[in-house]
Amino acid sequence: MNWNFWLPIFLPLSSLVTALLILVIRENQHRLRTFVNLLGATLKIVMVAVVGYGVYTQHAYEARMPLSLTLDLVLRVDDISLLFLALSSTLWFLTTIFAVGYLEGSPHQSRFFCFFSLCMTATMGISLAGNLITFLIFYEMLTLATYPLIVHRGTEKALRAGRIYLAYTLVGGAVTLAGTAWIHTLVGPTQFAHGGVLAPLAPTHRHQLQAIFTLMIVGLGVKAALFPLHGWLPTAMVAPAPVSALLHAVAVVKAGVFGIVRLIYDVFGVKFAVSLGVLAPLSWLAGFTIVYGSIRALFQHDLKRRLAYSTVSQLSYIVLGAAVFGASGTIGALAHLVHQGLMKITLFFCAGILGETWGIHGVDELSGIGRRMPLTMGAFTIAAFGMIGTPPMAGFVSKWYLGLGGVRAGDYWVLAVLIASSVLNCAYFLPIIHDAWFGKSRQDSVALPQRRSLVVPAAETSLPLLLPALVTAFMSLTAGLFAGSHFSPLGAARLITERMYAP
Amino acid sequence: MSGALPILIGGPFAAAMVSFLFTGAIGRALSVLLATASAVAALATSIEVMRSGVQIHALAGWGAPLGIELRIDGLAMLMLLLTAGISLAVTTFAAGYLKGDAQPHFWPLWYFLWGALNTVFLVSDIFSLYVCLELITLAAVGGTALSGDRIALSASLRYLMSAIMGSLAYLLGVAMIYAQVGTLDLTQLSGRLGSSWSSGAALSLVTAGLAMKTALFPLHFWLPAAHSLAPAPISAALSAMVVKASFYVLLRFWFQLSEPTSNQLAAHLLGALGMAAVLWGSVQAALQERLKLVVAYSTVAQIGYLFFIFPLFGGALAAGRSEWAQEAWKGGIILILAHAVAKSAMFLVSGALLQTFGSDRISDLKGAAVRAPLTLAAWGIAGISLIGLPPSGGFIAKWLLLTTAIRQEYWLYVAVLLLGGLLASVYVFRVLWHSFLTPEEMPSVSRIPGSMSISILALTVVLLLMGLRPAIPLEFTLIGIPLPAGDLR
Repeated sequence: MNWNFWLPIFLPLSSLVTALLILVIRENQHRLRTFVNLLGATLKIVMVAVVGYGVYTQHAYEARMPLSLTLDLVLRVDDISLLFLALSSTLWFLTTIFAVGYLEGSPHQSRFFCFFSLCMTATMGISLAGNLITFLIFYEMLTLATYPLIVHRGTEKALRAGRIYLAYTLVGGAVTLAGTAWIHTLVGPTQFAHGGVLAPLAPTHRHQLQAIFTLMIVGLGVKAALFPLHGWLPTAMVAPAPVSALLHAVAVVKAGVFGIVRLIYDVFGVKFAVSLGVLAPLSWLAGFTIVYGSIRALFQHDLKRRLAYSTVSQLSYIVLGAAVFGASGTIGALAHLVHQGLMKITLFFCAGILGETWGIHGVDELSGIGRRMPLTMGAFTIAAFGMIGTPPMAGFVSKWYLGLGGVRAGDYWVLAVLIASSVLNCAYFLPIIHDAWFGKSRQDSVALPQRRSLVVPAAETSLPLLLPALVTAFMSLTAGLFAGSHFSPLGAARLITERMYAP
Repeated sequence: MSGALPILIGGPFAAAMVSFLFTGAIGRALSVLLATASAVAALATSIEVMRSGVQIHALAGWGAPLGIELRIDGLAMLMLLLTAGISLAVTTFAAGYLKGDAQPHFWPLWYFLWGALNTVFLVSDIFSLYVCLELITLAAVGGTALSGDRIALSASLRYLMSAIMGSLAYLLGVAMIYAQVGTLDLTQLSGRLGSSWSSGAALSLVTAGLAMKTALFPLHFWLPAAHSLAPAPISAALSAMVVKASFYVLLRFWFQLSEPTSNQLAAHLLGALGMAAVLWGSVQAALQERLKLVVAYSTVAQIGYLFFIFPLFGGALAAGRSEWAQEAWKGGIILILAHAVAKSAMFLVSGALLQTFGSDRISDLKGAAVRAPLTLAAWGIAGISLIGLPPSGGFIAKWLLLTTAIRQEYWLYVAVLLLGGLLASVYVFRVLWHSFLTPEEMPSVSRIPGSMSISILALTVVLLLMGLRPAIPLEFTLIGIPLPAGDLR
């Protein structure tokens, strides 16, 4: 058996098989379902580790299947996909544990975990896609697989959120399809390659290419929540907490950002994109979104909505880094792709724990909760400081490189954006943290336990909920502390960037 | 080959007679056997076509122009396979769906329709095509009237009138062509139809008649009522196969008989009507309250896409890019296949929901996602194909049409292709949205019979496979298509 061919297929396929297996598991067979889920997630991590070692030792993993005479479905592991693979497989494993604890005792779990695994299949496909058409196929699949998760609760509000989500993402998908088809008609079947594939077309196609770039950014920008295409993200908050966690850290929004990174570096090529003059407007838009998202976050009273606007802002850090020409910006973008995932998932885990254990949803209900749930709020605090960018947290590392990128490219306004955003981050995170640790404890009658089974005397909440939050908090701390190591997200980002800018 | 042909035509007709004469269990079993044999024959014929190209068979040893010649090329082969597959699914579904007293009338009509469909894809002269289209119409109208209530009867009468109008126009055109050239055989006619005034008039008549039968906007007025009031298995066959049969004949006329580059204006007229159909049909589908009407209007819209093939193909040839024309051709054929499979699945799903929930009002579907999850999943997958999202046959078709349109810079077609997909998503997801709602009390519903679920699931699996391995049907779309630009092999 040719592992170099089959491994890229097995990666998404294992999630698909998990999804199908869960479909046949009866609703009340909780242990079996959990076992299948965790088995699938573990297998995935092992495979990613094998592939990672393989790439390290110069193996080329590629599977190519013809769709038609001129179209190939290409699954392939390169350095950027490995980064995204590692992030998504790790966080998926933790989120699965969290979801098992979170959904305990609620109905329709088989449906939930089936689509959960389908989402994973799509995310794996997105990270492994070796050309635009493959990317598009999995990108659309992700849109569809996420919908049942958002409307999972079946309430009017959830369905409305689902409708808004679909309206945005399907239009975005259609625009992406148009751009992809256009590129296909210009250069035929293409592959992602550092340095891009469109450069030979210039200068006769300059205006066409600018139009294509705009189309693609509009299409991908929907999922990446670029202003003014971000409207669906805060509404999608009605989804169960594990779904929000995934949505904001790995799956949907990252698919958009990842697509933009691919577009700039592997389709257009960053140098060519600069010569087309399309990157500067994108960086301005990203800069504006950063500040806009932070300001909107400041005025949200629902904890999850505040986190959602914070995501809008944080995602644009990645876009900004990718759009500012120069190695430092690229390093910052790629590192933040991972850092943001780790920190944001921690925050959403904590928000989920607070909501599920004590029924806390508003930011003004957190008073004194830190004394009751020290571990949860500890994790929250670490992640929030990371978001603000306090050294030595992970967020500081990304912001440092982003700022450096701005300065090196001569775009000093990037620094202003970063500083403004950090100040705003402080303004919307610090009061929460202060209240939680030093505020007056509230009467139990105000914040009633949501689920009594979760309030156990020995621990502050059930282990499947707490453990993932602690692990991701720990990871976002170490990603910053040991940023200099080769195996940190930053180390990987530097390695990738070196290859990207290699002549 | 020659052994399979009699079974291909005779099997379903014999089944029709058997099920008419013997309504008992043995008669039913025998008729199913005969019909299944024809499906196997279709497969055998297809393998033969794959191996050794176009198959020609002269009935009773008399070839064209004296006798009737049967000719199977790649397109005919795909249509035969499609008919076999969908008919098998519909038959399986109907076995679980139909209640006692409906059965004696249903089965003979159904097998008759099946036989007529097989025949239309085999014959290769324009008069026999007329006869076959009439046979199809008779069976289809009968099937529409099966429920016997007043609305269904009036819908079927309207259907009959429209279809006969279409047939008359077609027949007139055929007569004019015969008077001019003196032969009816498609192959012999190829290239001999000049660009005279009368041949133009003949082709216009044929096109108008077939557009009526295919329900191209604005001649679609008979379709929504007829397709939605027929029993679900018949609806599936009507939307999937019957409108495609007349479209198939239209393809033969346009690409085998006339010079596609010579009438680009007419092609754009068809394309424009197609665009109007896509927009009008999709908007109407999104506004309907009844599930089967949603599906029927969606057929109006999807038929519109099919007509894009004429301007896209002709434009590519006029630009001297036969490889683009090939892509347009392939896209059109794949769309026929994908739409047929998706639409039959959707009508079968509507039938299953109608039977289990006792209503096909969309607002009554609350809780369906919990009570009938697999059926709703099938709806979703069929919907994905209609919208044109991957991985499905519909995506491949849309991709091929879209890239061809972009290459020729037909931006209006590009816009309608994209917009049509978005409009389709509105009516597809509206149904899912209602089914996800949690009602105050869960409806207690009967279990969907296994035969119904199996046929629905089989269709959706085919649809997904078409999206994942489209190379297989794509290769065969080109076998023996004698397109006027000789380089199209």
